[in-house]
Amino acid sequence: MLLQQILNGLTAGSVYALIALGYTMIYGILGLINFAQGEIYMAGAFATVLLLSAYKVNFFVAFLFGMGVAAVLGLILERLAFRPLRGSHPLVPLISAIGASIFLQSLALLLFGPADRAFPLQFEFAALDIAGVTVSTLQVAIFVTALFFMALLVVFVKYTKFGKAIMATALDQDTARLMGINVDRMIALTFLIGSALSGAAGIMMAIYYNTTYPRMGLLPGLKAFSAAVLGGVGNIPGAIVGGLLLGVAENLGAGYLSSGYKDAVAFAILIIVLLVRPKGLLGGRGH
Amino acid sequence: MLTLKSVHSYYGSLHVLKGVSLHVRAGEIVALLGANGAGKTTTLKTISGLLKPRTGQVEFQGEDISRLSAEAIVQRGIAHVPEGRRVFSTLTVAANLELGAFARRDHQAVKKDLQEIQERFPILRERARQPAGTLSGGEQQVLAMARALMARPKLLLLDEPSMGLAPRLVQQVFAIIRHLQATGTTILLIEQNARAALKVADRGYVMETGRISLDGTAAELMDHNEVKRAYLGKGYQEVWED
Repeated sequence: MLLQQILNGLTAGSVYALIALGYTMIYGILGLINFAQGEIYMAGAFATVLLLSAYKVNFFVAFLFGMGVAAVLGLILERLAFRPLRGSHPLVPLISAIGASIFLQSLALLLFGPADRAFPLQFEFAALDIAGVTVSTLQVAIFVTALFFMALLVVFVKYTKFGKAIMATALDQDTARLMGINVDRMIALTFLIGSALSGAAGIMMAIYYNTTYPRMGLLPGLKAFSAAVLGGVGNIPGAIVGGLLLGVAENLGAGYLSSGYKDAVAFAILIIVLLVRPKGLLGGRGH
Repeated sequence: MLTLKSVHSYYGSLHVLKGVSLHVRAGEIVALLGANGAGKTTTLKTISGLLKPRTGQVEFQGEDISRLSAEAIVQRGIAHVPEGRRVFSTLTVAANLELGAFARRDHQAVKKDLQEIQERFPILRERARQPAGTLSGGEQQVLAMARALMARPKLLLLDEPSMGLAPRLVQQVFAIIRHLQATGTTILLIEQNARAALKVADRGYVMETGRISLDGTAAELMDHNEVKRAYLGKGYQEVWED
């Protein structure tokens, strides 16, 4: 039972971690919580589902397409909702983010309708038995894919020229410019990467729960925000650790208290962290 | 090489530079002296493009650079070591150096320069994998200067390189400045430590409330009563005289 809940938690948690990375990277570079992150997650899922239901394309092509749409949406958002407001009071872009979130949800409602859509492809997933615990190969696939994207991101940030430039921009914009780094481009690149990861998360959850709908990003978005705060917002390893911990905690809460408390656990953690250790488990920006 | 023609710069509505004109010739070390708030740092920021002059011109090698972005100005060959060193504290020493060469496309030469710089400043090789924030103040200053050199600048802008350093380290920083001049780098230097600055400089300017109030050769300025009184005061002399 315990192990079962932990494994379920890691699956959900790895997805929260992917979204949390978007929050944390954008916060790191702009000091802004992009509350439209959940809608980017939703957009990635819709793009993949719509493409697969309209055309016979390879699943992996559709997956990449969904990530691409999410990434482009992130870029548009940065350009229209955040760049014009740079340098204004920090609450202003925050309000803009909430506005963008509501706008995108409503737009999806208008375009796609409120109904749930099943995932157009049927996968055959086997149930694996690991030490008396049942795990589906789908869960394993989601967990492994999420870890793969996280590893990719960490390698990018730590070892590539542009990854280091993003970190430098997050730490000190003026000095980054003195190195010849185009700060606007680094911010756009951050939105692109963070949004692509959220898109991937959305697609995986659309498969896992076999449903896609306009408000699907709301709860995962808020939970991933809690995960980012738990790990230390602005901190990349923190987002990963926070996501996994949050996923496990809410599944333990669901298993041992009552499934009705599942969501409450995530937000209880958010409140406790903000009260007890507001900079999160691994500390703040620039890591 | 560098010419400022009656430059006016503002922070918002605050008029900081009120018609600054100065020039730096190739191969020179020029010291920019003055009290806090005189506009020295603002002058450097205006040259490197962090701040745009409202009126006036900044010319570098015959080109008007006053409307260029900071990124474009780095590519023209001006590197600016900002006040307070400003190393990227959580990135490694090696990453800081690599970022200094961000604007360059000649990757082979960058690698070679990195090796050369690590040979010249062995501490930067020993600490290569360490976060820059863990270095001492003096080491961070060396890193900040080395990072700027990675851009292969024609003109180096140094803002208070000796600030907050122990006297022994101050000497080390000035030794680096002399070495840079010997290898053909042109330098515009801001220093509180006017005596040390005038010792290495060829010429100097004194700023007061956003204007150039005096200029001359280093020797002339060193002898100038006003400069002595204002910046080489008795207490200063006792501390910094070597």
